[in-house]
Amino acid sequence: MAILVIAEHDHASLKAATRNTLAAAARLGGDIHLLVAGSNAAAAAQQGAACAGVAKVLLADAPQYAEQGAENVAALVLSLASGYSHILAPASTFGKNFMPRVAALLDVAQISDIVAVQSADTFVRPIYAGNALATVQSADPVKVITVRGTAFDPVADGGSAPVEAVAGAADSGQSKLLGRELTVSARPELGAAKVIVSGGRGLGSGDKYRELLEPLADKLGAALGASRAAVDAGFVPNDFQVGQTGKIVAPQLYLAIGISGAIQHLAGMKDSKVIVAINKDPDAPIFQVADYGLVADLNEAVPQLIAAL
Amino acid sequence: MKVLVPVKRVVDYNVKVRVKADETGVDLANVKMSMNPFDEIAVEEAVRLKEAGLATEVVVVSCGPAACQETLRTALAIGADRAILVDCGETELQPLAVAKLLKAVCAAEAPQLVVCGKQAIDDDANQVGQMLAALQGWPQATFASKLVLADGKAQVTREIDGGLETLEIGLPAVVTTDLRLNEPRYASLPNIMKAKKKPLDTTTPATLGVDVAPRLKTLKVSEPPRRQGGAKVADVADLVNKLKNEAKVI
Ligand SMILES: Cc1cc2nc3c(=O)[nH]c(=O)nc-3n(C[C@H](O)[C@H](O)[C@H](O)COP(=O)(O)OP(=O)(O)OC[C@H]3O[C@@H](n4cnc5c(N)ncnc54)[C@H](O)[C@@H]3O)c2cc1C
Ligand SMILES: Cc1cc2nc3c(=O)[nH]c(=O)nc-3n(C[C@H](O)[C@H](O)[C@H](O)COP(=O)(O)OP(=O)(O)OC[C@H]3O[C@@H](n4cnc5c(N)ncnc54)[C@H](O)[C@@H]3O)c2cc1C
Repeated sequence: MAILVIAEHDHASLKAATRNTLAAAARLGGDIHLLVAGSNAAAAAQQGAACAGVAKVLLADAPQYAEQGAENVAALVLSLASGYSHILAPASTFGKNFMPRVAALLDVAQISDIVAVQSADTFVRPIYAGNALATVQSADPVKVITVRGTAFDPVADGGSAPVEAVAGAADSGQSKLLGRELTVSARPELGAAKVIVSGGRGLGSGDKYRELLEPLADKLGAALGASRAAVDAGFVPNDFQVGQTGKIVAPQLYLAIGISGAIQHLAGMKDSKVIVAINKDPDAPIFQVADYGLVADLNEAVPQLIAAL
Repeated sequence: MKVLVPVKRVVDYNVKVRVKADETGVDLANVKMSMNPFDEIAVEEAVRLKEAGLATEVVVVSCGPAACQETLRTALAIGADRAILVDCGETELQPLAVAKLLKAVCAAEAPQLVVCGKQAIDDDANQVGQMLAALQGWPQATFASKLVLADGKAQVTREIDGGLETLEIGLPAVVTTDLRLNEPRYASLPNIMKAKKKPLDTTTPATLGVDVAPRLKTLKVSEPPRRQGGAKVADVADLVNKLKNEAKVI
């Protein structure tokens, strides 16, 4: 049977998480169809067609998919669901929003945030903020799955799949978008960045955060992240939050600056390849997971680091 | 307008759980249990709606063993009016089963608004609210950081990966809470005392006519790979040197 992957995109291009999700799908065995639900989304569909391993792109191009609302996307996926053994989407705020609706209406379990595929019906997922890994087996006829992007290397280009137009489902009219305030940044996406500079309450203020961490991120070509405490204190916007209940990241290099290392923060970054911690408290728990810990006042260490790079 | 808030009893967020040696689960013996933090935020929001004259009654519901009564009393102490325990004994409950139980409770209670947590911090499934909305055919607004009710509609600001978005949805609807929706109050001693006298009804999955049989079988629960951390560097020069020549990441 075939596998349906729901693409995350901004109509013009695919989001990186789509490629990670395709990689998870490739472990299942079976033809992979990629659904692009959007409005004027032909460009995103073309990128999907070029992804290695995609057999067919389904393009549902209609105004009701412009905002990617959960009600409409879920209804569309349901209308296409028959004949698929697996339905996958990224475990991003996009996938988390609509996939449980799909699962509920198919009357099947959703398997959230998988980090490994053991077989076509058995998956590994973190529970308790990543302090345990559960191996779960589903007996449902269709497996509805969200995928943790950092656990699967993205598929590269190399495909040339046909793009087939599919009809949209009726507009539910249940939800209206009033506005979006998106963080505009020239930096890489947090979820896909190779280097992340992350700051916590130890920075003391939003001004200090920007003054110290932006030049450091510039030098390293890094994305910027933060602890919950830094977001709650208003230093940075919500989408900077790394952790159990924020973004899960696994860059090549993660610099935690003025972050104590609470369980909930570690859950979001402990799979990073190399972790650097700068903290003035030698007993801060972050040092237990850091490959390179520097006990220092960040106000001195960060400018020195910028100068040395 | 009636508001329903599902609350879950979970391992306290400060506890670092240990995987059992036989890999059948995590060790929950003598572990501190609390209300899921996102559900505290949900109860607080519902109580604020009542205080603002926008809601008439706040009903809290928990599905699980009898010990969930404690969680329900905590919600009553924050200011909920009435509680329902769906006593499931020690049966393992998965999100779809919880959503179906909540659907049955909605049929009896007819709330105009259900406020759930966005995720439970034990299982981290992030499903129940969306599943309930789908089963009811209702709109949803997940990961809420602001909720405004007016003219029979809800305006909800949502925390999404790229920033924030604001939706307008009709009622009835399901809203799930994110961390920055509010800061839950501490229940005062008089309110804790009062909560003991508030009504708490008990029902069961059988009475509600819901099959809660798990759909996923947990084959094992294992320890994640341990990181070998703990090394310190002497100074910034040492750090840069090691990142360049040892880790080779810059
Ligand atoms: C339900 C729930 C969900 C949560 N989800 C998340 C989540 O997703 N992500 C997350 O990050 N947190 C989350 N948290 C919060 C978490 O428990 C911690 O409160 C938070 O991570 C602490 O942030 P912090 O390390 O910046 O602050 P603190 O713990 O206050 O640490 C600040 C650190 O800065 C150091 N410092 C201070 N001044 C200096 C200086 N001049 N130089 C060097 N170091 C200095 C201090 O020594 C300290 O270690 C969650 C909590 C709950 C209850
Ligand atoms: C005795 C027992 C043993 C279990 N063992 C396992 C196990 O070994 N492996 C496993 O994967 N799962 C197990 N579970 C199930 C798991 O703990 C969750 O209850 C279930 O998967 C729901 O997922 P969630 O809470 O993460 O849902 P989420 O979708 O993350 O929860 C979101 C929101 O839904 C509401 N909600 C969720 N659950 C309830 C509830 N029970 N009552 C009221 N409101 C609720 C809350 O508002 C919550 O904030 C067990 C449950 C029980 C009771």
